[in-house]
Amino acid sequence: MSVTPKGSTGGLVDVDQPVVEAVNITKRFGSTVALSDAGIVVRRGETHALVGRNGAGKSTLVSILTGLQAADHGAVAFDGRPAPPLGDRDAWRKRVACVYQKSTIIDTLTVAENLFLNRHARGPAGLIRWPRLRREAEQLLAEWSVEVDVRQPASTLSVEQRQFVEIARALSFGARFIILDEPTAQLDGASINRLFARIRDLRAQGVTFLFISHHLQEIYEICDQVTVFRDARHIVTAPVAQLSRPALVAAMTGEDVTMPEADHRPLPADAPVLLSVRDLVTASGAELSLEARAGEVVGIAGGGGSGKVEVAEAMVGLARPAGGAVAVDGRTLRPGSVPDALAAGVGLVPQDRHREGLVPLLSIAENVTMTVPDRIGRNGLISPARRDALARDAIADLAIKAAGPHVPVSDLSGGNQQKVVMGRALASDPKLLVLITPTAGVDVRSKQTLLGVVDEVRRRGTTVLVVSDELDDLRICDRVLVMFQGRVVREMTHGWSDNDLVAAMEGVDLHHV
Amino acid sequence: MSETLSTAASPPAAAPSPEPPGSSSRGLAIARLRDLALVPAIIAVAIVGSIISPVFLSTDNIINVLQSMSEIAIVVLAQTIVLITGKMDLSLESTFGLAPGIAAWLIIDPALTRGLGLNALPDAWAIPVVLLVGALVGAFNGLLIVRFGLNGFIVTLGMLIVLRGLLTGISGGQTFFALPESMTYLGSATWFGVPASIWLSLLLFAGGVVVLGYTRAGRALYAIGGNADAARAAGIRTDRVLWIALIAASVLAALAGLLMSGRLAAVPAAQGSGAIFQVFAAAVIGGVSLNGGKGSVFGAFTGVLLLFMIINVLTLAGVPAQWTNFLNGTVILVALVVSRITGGKAQT
Repeated sequence: MSVTPKGSTGGLVDVDQPVVEAVNITKRFGSTVALSDAGIVVRRGETHALVGRNGAGKSTLVSILTGLQAADHGAVAFDGRPAPPLGDRDAWRKRVACVYQKSTIIDTLTVAENLFLNRHARGPAGLIRWPRLRREAEQLLAEWSVEVDVRQPASTLSVEQRQFVEIARALSFGARFIILDEPTAQLDGASINRLFARIRDLRAQGVTFLFISHHLQEIYEICDQVTVFRDARHIVTAPVAQLSRPALVAAMTGEDVTMPEADHRPLPADAPVLLSVRDLVTASGAELSLEARAGEVVGIAGGGGSGKVEVAEAMVGLARPAGGAVAVDGRTLRPGSVPDALAAGVGLVPQDRHREGLVPLLSIAENVTMTVPDRIGRNGLISPARRDALARDAIADLAIKAAGPHVPVSDLSGGNQQKVVMGRALASDPKLLVLITPTAGVDVRSKQTLLGVVDEVRRRGTTVLVVSDELDDLRICDRVLVMFQGRVVREMTHGWSDNDLVAAMEGVDLHHV
Repeated sequence: MSETLSTAASPPAAAPSPEPPGSSSRGLAIARLRDLALVPAIIAVAIVGSIISPVFLSTDNIINVLQSMSEIAIVVLAQTIVLITGKMDLSLESTFGLAPGIAAWLIIDPALTRGLGLNALPDAWAIPVVLLVGALVGAFNGLLIVRFGLNGFIVTLGMLIVLRGLLTGISGGQTFFALPESMTYLGSATWFGVPASIWLSLLLFAGGVVVLGYTRAGRALYAIGGNADAARAAGIRTDRVLWIALIAASVLAALAGLLMSGRLAAVPAAQGSGAIFQVFAAAVIGGVSLNGGKGSVFGAFTGVLLLFMIINVLTLAGVPAQWTNFLNGTVILVALVVSRITGGKAQT
């Protein structure tokens, strides 16, 4: 580069420049170092993965790359030119866009207005021209082949459609570098495939992506390069093909982590049947019959819309079933009653910890003991000492990273929050433990702890139901029931191959084509 | 996740398909109808009213209803602006009394009114003073709510009490009277055979429809109420917009108070006291969400119109005055149920 005279190559130099280059970035929040001399280089046209455990500094890097925060030290350059000043939002938007986990689509407005918010088409008097705005929105979505009616309120969009709308909006500002912050966290298998197809299309049209995900297999599927952060530092950047899965995990955690493989000893022949589900029908029409014995771990797998979550919620009383009966240890549960399920010895990790799992402002102790008020007090009065003791046990058993039982759960990272939810489910020493997507959005180490717990409770004779579409979750099960469109279509005993299970979840039978 | 789960499983290979066209266009129709949700109810009340009393549909009575609602309607407009941003302003009812109260206090001559007033300003200052008081109250609300990030409900509740107390203090709990013509003109004049206050309130509502529906500033109110972070990310100066919304609302309330004082030719110390509940009720009946981001100026207008028509029908039916409060409350509840049935969605 030093040999080539600058004048002669002119614009071509820019093409060779990385889309974004951040060097020696340091950022502190009070006493916490969020990024320490870290950096990243993303080249034009590649799909670049950024991985790291919760707290590794990914989010901070994203907010610096998108101009929401300034680094204490270090420099960011786009296409070889220094980043614009922080106040110039328009200039940032032309260079980079981020689709956050938290949607920036406004539910109460129409899709068209969301696309052109604060830059509405206006007529001579400064009044908004709605017909033109709608036309422009339709053109924009058509250009990037997003099939959504622009006149519908954004609240009617699915998670997937929202992401497409957000990506289209980002592209309309002129940005050709897009950061996707855990885009697959809330999507089912089929939607993830469509998202990846979209990413590949856009990549072919010259869009560069920075892809953040906890799901390593997605990185191997879609990304060219991967950058690993750990403890606020840059660890490695390498082509995905040259970094094996164990090496990648080791880079993320600083040590070797293997997912727990439950000891799949055959159950004792006399293990009693603990859970029996007879002809359960949910309000949405999904059906399930099932018997599980003490100490057995049963997986219920399926994609979105398979009805797996609905049947689980109907089983534990979160939703009222349309028919059928559930019995735990011989006791028939009252349909649609959570208190009755708790009394019968059912522990639950619900699907969405933010919505059903936790009260964020309350302490760990209060959250963990929420289901067992009678065990921490007498005559309706709560004993703080007993409550804290119970919570300390949970913190120790589940390796929750927190200063003590009085820390509000809103201060914890996602993985530790999920451990609190697990602690709450275990607080009652359940006979039946129902886990709905227990490792969604948590990092590798937390995942390991959470799944390790399952192995422990089964040894105590608890029946565990794992409702998930994550292969790592299902691998610990003795057998897996695969649901598709509301019916159980396959039952697979331990030792299934990944391909078979995924195919069954997608409604394809590999052996009978 | 729940959204993806609630839709039926689609074949994995299918392209991202929007909702089936039928359901989305029905959703659209409902969204548009939300504005007109109260029209059937208004027509129904008109029919009942004309059966109960032949006077009901006479020009005089219609003008009477419109005039009696004109001042409160302007406060409803003010509250609608604030509610759409996701905040609320309880202090509007006190501003409604205080703004003309201060103008009267500064202007009227103590010699004519047994010692009330200062006679410190010439008559012509009346309207500017009223609007200025409104702007100052709104700016102070903005300072506490936007700048210091205090809870809007509690701040404006405090302001409601403080401002009412201020009016009681300067008036000694008495009623300002002998107002100059500059204060009474707007509330008592008649333009083209219709009271000026009706013209003004209709004009302000028309202005509100245009500003909230067709300007970027107006749409910014909806964006902030819908999702403030997303609005900020879209480049909207959320703090400034909130500040302006609060000031505009207080100025409107002050103007409404001036119309009321002009109509009565007096400013009682209790002017506007308790009116805020009716204002909230009218806005919510008209489809404005207390959670922000939803509702329209036209909807708010139909809300206040329905409320006052029902009250008028009850008066014409000869309901004794002692029962008015009971019936007012009942009317609010019934109107909520009616709008729930016709609008299809819960009013929040």
